[in-house]
Amino acid sequence: MPNKEMSANVPVEGKVMALYRGSIRSKLLLLSITMLLLLISTLYAISRGAVEVPLYELLAILFGQSSDEMLTYIVYEVRLPRIVMAIVTGISLACAGAIMQALLRNPLADPFTLGVSSGAAFGAALAIVAGASVFGINLVQSGHWMIALNAFVFGCLAVLVVYGLARLKNSSTTVLLLAGVAIGQLFSAGVSSLKYFSDNEALKDLVVWLMGGFWGAKWQVLQILIPLLVISLAILIKYAWDLNALSAGEEVARTLGVKVKRIRWVCLLVVTLMASTTIAFTGIIGFIGLVAPHISRMIIGTDNRFLLPCSCLVGALLLLLSDTAARMLLSPVEIPVGIITALFGAPFFVYLLVKKRRDYWA
Amino acid sequence: MSMSRGDVVSIIGPNGAGKTTLLKSIASILPPNRRKVWLDARDVRSFSANELAKNQGYVPQHSSFGFPLTVLETILLGRKPYIKWGITAEDMRIVADIMEKLQLSSMSERYLDELSGGERQKVLIARALAQEPKVLLLDEPTSALDIRHQLEVLELVRELARQRQVLVVLILHDLELAARYSDHIYLLKDGKIFASGRPEEVFTPSHIEQVYGVQVEITPSSHGLKMTAIRPVSSS
Repeated sequence: MPNKEMSANVPVEGKVMALYRGSIRSKLLLLSITMLLLLISTLYAISRGAVEVPLYELLAILFGQSSDEMLTYIVYEVRLPRIVMAIVTGISLACAGAIMQALLRNPLADPFTLGVSSGAAFGAALAIVAGASVFGINLVQSGHWMIALNAFVFGCLAVLVVYGLARLKNSSTTVLLLAGVAIGQLFSAGVSSLKYFSDNEALKDLVVWLMGGFWGAKWQVLQILIPLLVISLAILIKYAWDLNALSAGEEVARTLGVKVKRIRWVCLLVVTLMASTTIAFTGIIGFIGLVAPHISRMIIGTDNRFLLPCSCLVGALLLLLSDTAARMLLSPVEIPVGIITALFGAPFFVYLLVKKRRDYWA
Repeated sequence: MSMSRGDVVSIIGPNGAGKTTLLKSIASILPPNRRKVWLDARDVRSFSANELAKNQGYVPQHSSFGFPLTVLETILLGRKPYIKWGITAEDMRIVADIMEKLQLSSMSERYLDELSGGERQKVLIARALAQEPKVLLLDEPTSALDIRHQLEVLELVRELARQRQVLVVLILHDLELAARYSDHIYLLKDGKIFASGRPEEVFTPSHIEQVYGVQVEITPSSHGLKMTAIRPVSSS
C-alpha cells in the first residue's frame, strides 16, 4: 500500500511508482493465498475417500517415509492422478474462458459458447460409437488417444467454422458468439443422433463420458497434458499486455502496436488446444470456464497479467472441490463432476450477476 | 495535406463528410486509398506496428472498454510499444509525469467506468501521450464534455503541441472552438477538402453556407471568431 508520509518530499513518479508497486504486491499476495488454498484443498482431497488417509500418514507418504504399501498405492495410483487431472482440467478450462472473454471482449465467452466443447463432444462420441460399431474395439478402454485426437480435431473444427462465419461479418463479436451457439447446437444434435443409433455398450460409455468426470485419470495421460498446459500458459501469459490493450478496442489496440489478427489466431488456437485436449479425457464439464474468470475479476481486477494466473488457480480450486464433493456426497457412489459443477455453478453464476459490482454487459 | 509539428490542426465538416475516415486513414487503421501517408519523409506503411505506435497516438470518438482497467493500467498501456519484459522506472516516470500534468494522480486506482466523461477523456488522451507520439490524433475529443472540460482538454492539447512539438490533429464539431484553438483548419465536404488554411481564411460566411447549408454571421471577437447561425438555406 502507498506510503502516505513519503508523499510530501518524494517526486511524483515515486508516488505513482509506490502506488503501482503496492497494487502489484497486494495482487501477488492474493495469488499466493489462492495458491495456498489450492494446496490445502489438494491435501484434503487426497486424504478423503472410501479409505481415509490421516494427515500425518499422508505427509509421510508424500515424502517417501511411509511403510504402508496399500495407502501409498491408493495415494499415488488412485487419488493423485485424479486430483492432478482435476487441477489440470480446471486450469485449462478457466484459462480458456478468461482468454476467450478477453479476446472477444464479451463476458459470455467460454469454451461452451464458442462451440469448442460441443465440437469436442461430437468428436469423442464419434470415436466411441464408430470405434465400437465399425471397428469392434472398445476405445474407452484401449483407445484413449483416438478419442482425445478426435475430440481435439472436432473442437478445433467447431472454432474454425465459428470464426470463419464471424469473419464473413467483419469479425463482429456478436456474430462470433451467436455462431458459436448455433454450431454448438449443431454438434449437440450430432451427439444426440449418435446416442440414438449406438448400441448399448457404446451408449453407456458415451453417456458417462458426456457427463464429465475424472475416472479416466492416469499418469500416462497427465504426462501429455501437463507439458502441453505449461507451454500453452507460457505463450498466453506473454500476450497479457496485448490482451489488456485489446480491452480498449480493436482499433486502439492496433494503434498501440498490437497485431490484433495474429494474437486472435494464436490465442484462439492455443486455447482451443488446451480446452479440447482436456475435455477429450474428462468429458464435458461446464461452468468452470465461465465462472472462474468472473470470480477472479472480482477479487484481482481486470489486468490480464494477474487475471490469467488467478483464473487458473480459481478454476483449479473450484473443480478440485467439485470433484471431491462428487466423490464424497453419496460415497461410495460417485456423481459425475459435470453434474456438480452445473448444480453449484448455475445458481452461483446467477448470484454473481445480481450482486456484481460493475456492469460489464453494457 | 501537409502538417507540421507543434501545430494544432482541426478537421471540420458536416456529418458524413468523411472526417473520421480521413483521421483513421492517417492513423493507418484504414488503408489510405491511393494516397499515402508520410511521416518525417517516410511512408507510414514501412513502419512496423510498434514503430508506428511510438510515433502516433490515437483516441477514437467512442471508446469502449470491454472489461474496464484502472486509470493507471490504462495509461500504462500507452507504454505497450516500449515494453519488452516489464515496466521500467523510465516508463513509470513518463506515466507519472503525464498523470500529474493532467491531474489524474489522485484517481490512479479507480476503474475507467467509474469516471465522468471528462475525466475518462483525459485518461484516454493520457494513454495516447504515454506513447510519446510525434502525432496525436483525436476524434472529437470534446463531444461528450461540458464546456469547462471542453476548454480544459483543448487548452491541454494546444499546450502539448507547443511544448512538446507534437502535431495534434483533431476532429471538432464546434466551429468556434475550432477557430479558437487551431493553427490550421481543413474543411471537408463530401469526402473532399473544400477549403483549408488559417481559421480566418476558412471560416467565411460563403464557405459555411456552401458546406453546411447554413447562413451565418461571423464576427471577430477577443477570443477567436464569433459565429451565429441564422437560418438553414435551402439547397439548390
